[in-house]
Amino acid sequence: MSDQPKNLFDKVWEAHRVRELPGGQTQLFIGTHLVHEVTSPQAFAMLRELGLPVRFPKRTFATVDHIIPTDSQVRPFGDPLAEQMLSELERNCREGEITLFDPASGHQGIVHVIGPELGLTLPGSTIACGDSHTATHGAFGAIAIGIGTSQVRDVLASQCLALARPKVRRIEVSGALQPGVYAKDVILAIIRKLGVNGGVGYAYEYAGEAVEAMDMEERLTLCNMSIEGGARCGYVNPDEKTIDYLRGRKFVPTGEAFERAASEWRGVASDRGAEYDDVVTLDAIKIEPTITWGIHPGHNIGVGERIPTPAGASDEERAGVEEALEYMDLDPGAPIAGTPVDVAFIGSCTNGRISDLREAARVAKTGKVRDGVRAIVVPGSQAVARQAEEEGLDAVFRAAGFEWREPGCSMCLAMNPDKLIGREICASSSNRNFKGRQGSPTGRTLLMSPAMVAAAALAGRVVDVREVI
Amino acid sequence: MAGRMAGRKRVEIEHIEGRGCVIRGDDIDTDRIIPARFMKVVTFDDMGLHLFEDARKAAKGKHPLDDESFAGAEILVVGRNFGCGSSREHAPQALMRFGFLAFVGESFAEIFAGNCTSLGLVCVALDEAEIEELRGSIELDPSQNIAIDVAAQTVTSRAGVMQGSIPDGTRGQLLEGRWDATAVLLEAGEAIERRADQLSYVRGY
Ligand code: SF4
Repeated sequence: MSDQPKNLFDKVWEAHRVRELPGGQTQLFIGTHLVHEVTSPQAFAMLRELGLPVRFPKRTFATVDHIIPTDSQVRPFGDPLAEQMLSELERNCREGEITLFDPASGHQGIVHVIGPELGLTLPGSTIACGDSHTATHGAFGAIAIGIGTSQVRDVLASQCLALARPKVRRIEVSGALQPGVYAKDVILAIIRKLGVNGGVGYAYEYAGEAVEAMDMEERLTLCNMSIEGGARCGYVNPDEKTIDYLRGRKFVPTGEAFERAASEWRGVASDRGAEYDDVVTLDAIKIEPTITWGIHPGHNIGVGERIPTPAGASDEERAGVEEALEYMDLDPGAPIAGTPVDVAFIGSCTNGRISDLREAARVAKTGKVRDGVRAIVVPGSQAVARQAEEEGLDAVFRAAGFEWREPGCSMCLAMNPDKLIGREICASSSNRNFKGRQGSPTGRTLLMSPAMVAAAALAGRVVDVREVI
Repeated sequence: MAGRMAGRKRVEIEHIEGRGCVIRGDDIDTDRIIPARFMKVVTFDDMGLHLFEDARKAAKGKHPLDDESFAGAEILVVGRNFGCGSSREHAPQALMRFGFLAFVGESFAEIFAGNCTSLGLVCVALDEAEIEELRGSIELDPSQNIAIDVAAQTVTSRAGVMQGSIPDGTRGQLLEGRWDATAVLLEAGEAIERRADQLSYVRGY
């Protein structure tokens, strides 16, 4: 044992290493495998074809989120394809002896929302899920990795992944955020600075005063969009907030076992003086409420800025800017504030947690959804929905003219009936503004924080939330 | 069905040869490669039918995938950060089922590249200028043969021999037939359980 200072990534990687594989990959043990209905059926089928059992069913947890309707969760679902996907998941979980958090369990929700709230997401653990936003769980100091379906099969069969070790980049956000500026704005600013593929080959460690000051839910938002910056995983070092959040959660030990766990969790944080492959710094005070104007999350600007022009873009970016402007049909050079919106969507694994709904409700209280705007609020989980209803947030939203829905991914990717229609523009608290992402092949998405979405819903156009709250 | 050689194990992938097709543009995400609405199925069987469906509809028959001269191509030339966004393996599955066995691009999103490897599909990175040259050459003469040598990491076409790159680990997996990882991972045997027993959150605190 050397006492050379180590970062969290090194510690967790080493603790989970099973063996080195030829060719420089590592066989890494995956402590927690999260499963959902869209990327798992083919993996279970391959497993069956190979005649293999689920190796660690007790470390495998499933839920249904992508295809679930949000108007009513009553079975059978109106869409027979959605019904078939959930039935298949139920069968696979039954045969594989895997815990399934279905709507009847009271714990159903978006996979990246329920992991933390059930206490399945633990500091120092490794987590895999057939979903690119798995990095979300890194907020607790876990190495959490999004995988494809063949790798879901690998984990079901062996509870391991073959992975090349990434480099680690520390991103320090110094200073304090302005009021009305949220974790969503921070991650968008990071992606703007480093690019949508700046993180390829890296794990991101988010640090600095602004990150330390964030509560656990904000850290989840921050880590959630690591993938939009090209990084397969991102994490925040665990601290006392992490430990306080975990106390009393369903899968977290109690009593003395909790104290033992907590002391392990403290020890897994990056040591002072640990080395990194790269360090990047940002100044929190300079970050404005941020919005996307184009067709990937790096196409973003502060709410006070103007929509870019092709002439102002670098040679490398010009073609992308032109393509984005053409698709979005926004006025180059015009202020982004004032852009009219048709739809407002509050929800997703990025911003569908209770604190997000509280911030949005604060704004919703100040007015009514503009005539002609379709506004929906989709809680990230049944637990979030219960909490919100207890606090009366559902009533606030309804009174303002928002629809209050059942939990799921909903209009983040529109695999359920919640979709944009035609060329509609949606102010969305989700994470992707790709062409066609929200269900209409020509639909348009403006990503922003949930408070900004609520403000846009009331005004019928993009506004600076700082003028409202 | 798993990879391109489903049902067989330890298939070494050393060379890919075939005709090329060019899709221009950077940051092409997996939502575009296969829109989410086609993922509401429990098998990958029909994925190839919906490859780039929205982009093809929007292009009204002018999309490269609908261009007769590219029909039957096995090598797809793309731009920067191809396959970004969602981790859906449905994207490489759709490309594979359409007939592509290899991708040559300026760069690839990480999960996409990993998914390709687990299907035995090859991703080769070339620098920007060479990509441009290769595109031009294929567009000029779509009937030419493009050859990828995995060990040498080269792409050979009428534009010449270009030195590309395939990450070391991936190259090894392809060349040694270890791209289907399940069998390789299971070889660790009981070492997996031994590792699990050393982790307090797995064993119990
Ligand atoms: S909310 Fe959106 S990004 Fe998150 S898991 Fe669901 S579909 Fe994926």
